[in-house]
Amino acid sequence: MSSGTLYDKVWDRHKVTTLPNGQDQLFVGLHLIHEVTSPQAFGMLRERDIEVARPDLTLATVDHIVPTADQSRPYSDDAAENMMSELEENVRDAGIEFLDPPSGEQGIVHVVGPEQGITQPGKTIVCGDSHTSTHGAFGALAFGIGTSQIRDVLATQTIAMEKQQVRKIQVDGELGEGVEAKDIILEIIRRLGTEGGVGYVYEYAGEAIENLDMEGRMSICNMSIEGGARAGYVNPDETTYEWMQETDFFREHPEKFEELKPYWESIRSDEDAEYDDVVHIDASELDPVVTWGTTPGQGIGIHDPIPAPEDLPEDKQDTARRAQEHMRVEPGESMEGYDVDVAFLGSCTNARLPDLRRAARIVEGRQVHDDVRAMVVPGSQRVQRQAEEEGLKDVFEAAGFDWRNAGCSMCLGMNEDQLEGDEACASSSNRNFVGRQGSKDGRTVLMNPRMVAAAAITGEVSDVRDLEEVQVA
Amino acid sequence: MSDPTEEIPEVDYVEGTGVPVRGNDIDTDQIIPARFMKVVTFDGLGEFAFFDLRFDDDDNEKDHTFNEERFQDANVMVVNANFGCGSSREHAPQALMRWGIDAIIGESFAEIFAGNCLALGIPTVTADHETINELQQWVDDNPDGKLEVDVAAETVRYGDESVSVSVDDAQRQALVEGIWDTTALMKANRNAIDETAGSLPYVDS
Repeated sequence: MSSGTLYDKVWDRHKVTTLPNGQDQLFVGLHLIHEVTSPQAFGMLRERDIEVARPDLTLATVDHIVPTADQSRPYSDDAAENMMSELEENVRDAGIEFLDPPSGEQGIVHVVGPEQGITQPGKTIVCGDSHTSTHGAFGALAFGIGTSQIRDVLATQTIAMEKQQVRKIQVDGELGEGVEAKDIILEIIRRLGTEGGVGYVYEYAGEAIENLDMEGRMSICNMSIEGGARAGYVNPDETTYEWMQETDFFREHPEKFEELKPYWESIRSDEDAEYDDVVHIDASELDPVVTWGTTPGQGIGIHDPIPAPEDLPEDKQDTARRAQEHMRVEPGESMEGYDVDVAFLGSCTNARLPDLRRAARIVEGRQVHDDVRAMVVPGSQRVQRQAEEEGLKDVFEAAGFDWRNAGCSMCLGMNEDQLEGDEACASSSNRNFVGRQGSKDGRTVLMNPRMVAAAAITGEVSDVRDLEEVQVA
Repeated sequence: MSDPTEEIPEVDYVEGTGVPVRGNDIDTDQIIPARFMKVVTFDGLGEFAFFDLRFDDDDNEKDHTFNEERFQDANVMVVNANFGCGSSREHAPQALMRWGIDAIIGESFAEIFAGNCLALGIPTVTADHETINELQQWVDDNPDGKLEVDVAAETVRYGDESVSVSVDDAQRQALVEGIWDTTALMKANRNAIDETAGSLPYVDS
């Protein structure tokens, strides 16, 4: 078993006791909730006549069903309106803070937590959403849970869990031009597989990780779950502390920053920490990665040939065959030149300010291809506001992108933003599952945000490095 | 308030008939597409299990074991590798449970999915690729054949066969002893919870 890692330390600090079933009971430092997975949990509490234990450690926002165009109430979709009303009632009854659209702080739950300064190193963070692993970028132990576990957390502010193994993923070398955090994580999943991380927590380390800004680290931790690892984290460092210091919360409470920093430093993995497994990746070898199939593990470098199913391990062949049929791609070809109908720049993976800035440098002075509908969905109202102030909205709109309000949007097609028929989408999101973007015949190609921008312009999957970047004012 | 622990059944054994659902990496978006999650309860999700795999755009039935008459009474699902990957939605096991599934045997399960199943008292037991293939074939050939999942003994019996399966230790103990609903169990540790919270530098008491 691992020892001396951040995971071990945070686990030990939060362990309440060992339960009779052998699981550990862990204290939860922050519980994030949203409209899709929490209403049933509140219902279960009502059935059992139990109150929310720690509303002060719980924060709500609305993201999955929120319309990104017309947000006037009641929402035109009755089901969405019903879910929103239910959440409003639940948080009001329990006294839980709700970052709703009128607050100006609403957004995708995994964008909002870090913005608010409540995602912090050394916290345990849970949410009824598998991409909760995102918060691990700050050195938090963060993972997605199901609705019955949400009930547990609401009722007790604790969760029952078994301790897992720790795999260190050492990413050395410098990223090349046009290659991003997203490409690192797609490569990790390609290499280790979509279930390679089951039973593990991933610690991302090494020069290439340390050089990333917090947003890049979030993109990586975000997709840990796509590799089967329920949680992933980066040890906190100066980059992390700078982020914390610049949040509204710590600006208003600088004494809290000084008070907590020693704790944050204490939970870093020790130099001589022991890991259950170590994997090495050389970042300098990477090209921008795109997916050719229907799992996030089916990725390749932009110029690499799509693999023949029979060349893959036996247990991957059947999935690959079905994926190639669905995507209508042939082994031996590369993804470059694959026609796209939609470009989606959004999601909890890649809709933060630096993502939009980089993409804007690609689209500036260019036009979205005639055959493409392109949209930008900022990760939060705060991102949206800052992007508008910087003029990014104007850049995107001038190029022909639709500029939307914050939400999960076309990442999972629970609002009106969906693929139609067999449309192909260049997407900065995290899942290319069949049907994920709202149409069961839809085809999703995952890539980094600059690559999405490039595809929007050319109308096909393209190497962004072939397009000259423009410096946006 | 009644003590909910009293109502939690022990799940040491599940018997019934099987239904094979073949394929690796069947994600929770396949098990229950997101558009069916625009609801505030889990009621009625059963009919939407595997919906897009079962029906085409015009609601015509596609080729899927969940559509086959001979499997309509099945309660033990036999699946392949990495079943339930992707989204953490408990709607997925809820839909399967409401369709009629009481236990799942597979090559491997995604972690959050297995945890969600445990919270509903549904065992997720594992066996190797060959064992699962043979079992799927047997279920296909014997849709009315009795299948027994012995969680406590970690065996599955069918026809004249008895095969070893694995059940995660904590899951086995929780199911066999009827302590898989953890709310009351954890709520009882109130003092210890407060003590842990009090020791954390970032928690205001």
